[in-house]
Amino acid sequence: MIQHAMSNLNAWLAILAVVLSSSAGDVLLSRAMKKIGDLGQLRQRRGLKFVLMLMLRNRYFLLGVGCMAISFYSLLFGLSWNDVSLIGPAAASLTFVANAIAARVFLHETVDRRRWAAALFVAAGVVLMGV
Amino acid sequence: MNLRKYLVLAGVTIFAPVGDSLLSYGMKQVGNISLHDIPALLLAIANPWVGLGIIFLLGFFASYMTALSWADLTYVLPASSLGYVLLAFIARFALHEKVSLTRWMGIALVSCGVGFVTSGPERTSRKPRGRLTDTAPERS
Repeated sequence: MIQHAMSNLNAWLAILAVVLSSSAGDVLLSRAMKKIGDLGQLRQRRGLKFVLMLMLRNRYFLLGVGCMAISFYSLLFGLSWNDVSLIGPAAASLTFVANAIAARVFLHETVDRRRWAAALFVAAGVVLMGV
Repeated sequence: MNLRKYLVLAGVTIFAPVGDSLLSYGMKQVGNISLHDIPALLLAIANPWVGLGIIFLLGFFASYMTALSWADLTYVLPASSLGYVLLAFIARFALHEKVSLTRWMGIALVSCGVGFVTSGPERTSRKPRGRLTDTAPERS
């Protein structure tokens, strides 16, 4: 009984950590990539090494990768305590909604009704697929 | 949108669910890890399935970074969620697993969400002013 409660608590703590760190990482990486420019075109004009150097010198990129690493290990921790059918959909669906809010606030993206609908439909769909 | 961009989104779509599945399989072999045993969590990458999952996730990361360089975050994330639908079809038709009605409803909702976002523009935010953003006009 206590073991089961402990397992659920650890799983939901991991989900919370995944959602927060993943959203922060997505916002930071998105900001870094917008600042650098279209990677495909840059690679064609200046080469892969140049693109990699640009990315590695961008502090938003490095911070974003750090957040993604935290998210990754939080996911591994969660998966060691509960099934992927709970951890995956719960973390993914909450991350969709958190990202829509974060993109509007921090990246100044125009999150219109179409994009809100998309985020909510995908989040609801992911939950149903995990049930 | 051109073929190159659709291929990048396909990379995001395919690499992530396959990588996650491999990680899940590997972590089931590794077993429960306590918060007090952080080294065991770090050493989990020594498991071959976890290692293979990480390789797939690196492929996802490269595709994801490329997509974020020309599209909004709120476009890339829902557009790439077709991976969940792909996983369900693999489960039903390749692995012959039973897919419940609820799951099919979930697939329909995800597909609707992807349809909503991909019918709009991929970028709405203003381009930040920087020396590297003055890229040439896109050839379609």
